[in-house]
Amino acid sequence: MASIDFSWLIGGPQGSGVESGANVFSKVCAEVGYQIFGKREFHSNIKGEHSYFIVRVSDNPIRSNVNDVTLMISFDAETIFRHYDEVSSNGGIIYDSDLEKITIDSVHTLDNYFKQRLERDLESKNKPFTIAGVLEIAKERGVKLYPVSFKSLLASLAEETENPRLKGLVRMFNVLGVSLSLGLIKMPPDSLFKSIDSIFSKKPQIAELNKQAANYAYNFSTSKFTDFQHSLPGTKKQSETILVQGHQGTSIGKMVSGCRFQSYYPITPASDESVFLESNEILEVRDDRPGSTAVIQTEDEISAIGMMIGSALTGTRSSTSTSGPGFALMTEALGWAGMNEVPIVLTLYQRSGPSTGLPTRHGQDDLSFAIAGSFGDFPKIVYSSGDIEESFYDTGRCFNYSDMFQVPVIHMMDKFLSSSVVTCKKFDPSKITINRGKLLDKVEGEYRRFAFTEDGISPRSRLGLDNGIFWNTGDESDEFGHITEDPVMRMKMMDKRMSRLDLIAKEIPPEEQVVSHGVYDMTIISWGSTKGPILDALEMLKQEGISIGFIQIKLLHPFPTESVKSLLENSKVIIDIEANHSGQMGKIFKQNLTREIDYFILKYTGRGMTSTEIYETLKKIVENKAEKREVLRHGA
Amino acid sequence: MALKLKDYKTTVHNDWCPGCGDFGIVNALQMALAEMGIQRDKAAIFSGIGCSGKTSHFINTYGIHTLHGRVLTFAQGGKLANPEMTVVAVGGDGDGLGIGAGHFVAAGRRNVDMTYIIFDNGVYGLTKGQASPTLKLGEKTKSLPTPNTNYNVNPIGLAVASGFTFVARAYSYDVRHLKDLIKKAISHKGLSFLDVLQPCPTYNDINTRDWYAGEDLAKEAAERHSRIYKLEDTHFDPVVHYADQQEVDEKLAQALIKSLEWGTKIPIGIFYRNDLISPYTLRLTDKIPNYLENPPSKQNIEKNGIPITDVSKILDSLQV
Repeated sequence: MASIDFSWLIGGPQGSGVESGANVFSKVCAEVGYQIFGKREFHSNIKGEHSYFIVRVSDNPIRSNVNDVTLMISFDAETIFRHYDEVSSNGGIIYDSDLEKITIDSVHTLDNYFKQRLERDLESKNKPFTIAGVLEIAKERGVKLYPVSFKSLLASLAEETENPRLKGLVRMFNVLGVSLSLGLIKMPPDSLFKSIDSIFSKKPQIAELNKQAANYAYNFSTSKFTDFQHSLPGTKKQSETILVQGHQGTSIGKMVSGCRFQSYYPITPASDESVFLESNEILEVRDDRPGSTAVIQTEDEISAIGMMIGSALTGTRSSTSTSGPGFALMTEALGWAGMNEVPIVLTLYQRSGPSTGLPTRHGQDDLSFAIAGSFGDFPKIVYSSGDIEESFYDTGRCFNYSDMFQVPVIHMMDKFLSSSVVTCKKFDPSKITINRGKLLDKVEGEYRRFAFTEDGISPRSRLGLDNGIFWNTGDESDEFGHITEDPVMRMKMMDKRMSRLDLIAKEIPPEEQVVSHGVYDMTIISWGSTKGPILDALEMLKQEGISIGFIQIKLLHPFPTESVKSLLENSKVIIDIEANHSGQMGKIFKQNLTREIDYFILKYTGRGMTSTEIYETLKKIVENKAEKREVLRHGA
Repeated sequence: MALKLKDYKTTVHNDWCPGCGDFGIVNALQMALAEMGIQRDKAAIFSGIGCSGKTSHFINTYGIHTLHGRVLTFAQGGKLANPEMTVVAVGGDGDGLGIGAGHFVAAGRRNVDMTYIIFDNGVYGLTKGQASPTLKLGEKTKSLPTPNTNYNVNPIGLAVASGFTFVARAYSYDVRHLKDLIKKAISHKGLSFLDVLQPCPTYNDINTRDWYAGEDLAKEAAERHSRIYKLEDTHFDPVVHYADQQEVDEKLAQALIKSLEWGTKIPIGIFYRNDLISPYTLRLTDKIPNYLENPPSKQNIEKNGIPITDVSKILDSLQV
């Protein structure tokens, strides 16, 4: 078990600097050697609604959040109302003392469903419907309360530094909050200043102002609050560690893999990737002139996939990034790419559907759709990444698969990953290889784009290649790519394309299809971002002498039936863990292995799984107290 | 070796109806490519869905027959990734102005250096003659159960309003004039649009060859003449000569007003031309200086299977 396991929650209205506060905190903790797992939750809103960030800090590797919060810092009443009961009994709450009298009713961003639940709870405990009321409950549970009047703090800071501008600077609240927190946990302050400097490197005056405020709040906290039980003095720094955000795995992966064209339409939570690619559009290339990624914002997702395909036809590695609603619009063209054997990589950052669903929340609801997306039979690959680090290397694999097999590849990511901030081992670009498959550099003699070959894959020309003229059509075609409705040619072409599914299963190395994290009597099957919380939960169980296996299925289509079957041969109990309502992967498993799932652990609140709730549910299964279908619900 | 017209033709069987206006367009396009001496493997014809969608199969260059309404998206992607290609997109009026209208407008805003030709016959031929976006309100072509209940789209007006920088109309039976316009459109540096009026002998029994020829007018006027007249034979000057907003406004307004002329007199020719608006590739060059010399399709991305993109600066900035 981690000797330090500390979770810090910062909350406030959207647009109030919650995210930048969390970035400073994460950076400081990472700078002094800790491992970080941070996750942002936010409403579909620009300004005003509640958002929060939980940063878990440890001196051991961590891959998930836990249920308990050790220290909460809030600038507003809503954060306290929503999260006071998550703070552990030996934890603490730093809050704005000017808020104590605020009533539940007066916070207009609290929705009625939540208000009613909270009021019922307070009523049963005989507490007033105010901040003071909920804090009393926390205090009775042993939570330490640290009231600070943010306004007075700013006023006295302004006075002390003879800088009256500071007095009204509400924007400084997040820096104050972070600094108060760091003071409370006795984090060395130098890294705080360093991190402020790096964040405001282009605005030295603002950096200076922030450092003054940080210093003041830090000292205020260390001198005034001395009874907090937790401290984070720093630990041995791991070498070659990066602090990375969710979208950076796939975007840097795309740069390294040679993706030079990305078309996209804005959608949460996928657009961050495209924006990052455009921000870094000029690329350094070893021993060559600079390269670049053409990032094109289109009028809709139909155009995004159309442009991507047009670009891919020139031999350019091309991609798009989207979420469920955008993917829905892309499906017709996806079939066109399948029909015309065009290699494309579609990064699918899932969120919680259907329709608009919970547009800023997490879900793994799109697996069935990704596999079945578009009409007609055609080969494609659906591949998933379990964490941000994996997503970097997997992006390289996805481009290779698409080139080698000349099929569209759908790379499954999700909101859990995209809004995480984690420390991980520095990406190693030398571990990515580039395999362009049968892409041609020159053509001699008569060329047939869809020539029948032994392995079913034809040498691929590209628009503009000398003598490489070909035709494409969404209709069935002959070897040249011209329309045909001949029944025999139709059969041969269907067989040619579909034979690829077997080839894919055969050629992709088994360890890239399925990753075994150990197999026992009782074994979990899962896919995608549940990996982190599952591994952390298994670690907790191991401490208690309980061993449960876990196989992570990365290749979801074509389904790696043989690998999965042989891995699970000796497992008696199969537990499927997924962030959707119906256990979508479990259904595919059952269909392919003709084997029942014994337990489902599912979550569809729109919030990611914590390791705590997986641990608790697995324990219930071990103790034979679980239902066949267990539903998780933690998180505000 | 100089290429001849026949080099631009494929042997693919053409199954358009006898007398179809599409023939004139595909012939004019082949002639234009041949006369301009554009290498076959440096040209790509992208097409949409419908009768006109088959065009790409009849031309012996790269030919990409895409999806209904989406031809401009594929074509722009191809052109941006490989700017040395001559790209021509073709499609029907239902394809481009009905299901694809959003892409039409967005393409105008981008002004990618390529040509878009709409085969404009007022009906959805391949689905048996439903009303298309350019059919006039109240008209009833022969397979419509009742008269058309929608107002028509004005392709020329929509193009100038959307930012196309070369906007012209042609008539498919005046092949020589059409060919000359295609050549001008292809030579234009920016997005050129050509609205080609063409009879559909099977389903459009209103805007027929005889109708365009003014046969019905002849009966009334006792003198046979054509509805079609050429703008270049008038004093109409479609070109924006100076980077002056007032002139641009006037030329745009003039094009729009001229585009509304219909009935007994139908103008063809260039309605609007502005060479002073930067094509999209140049806008990219502003951000990526070597984009044109080293576009996406020409970039080296690996050496012996090892990536050569150097992301060490980005990774260093993330290091803690």
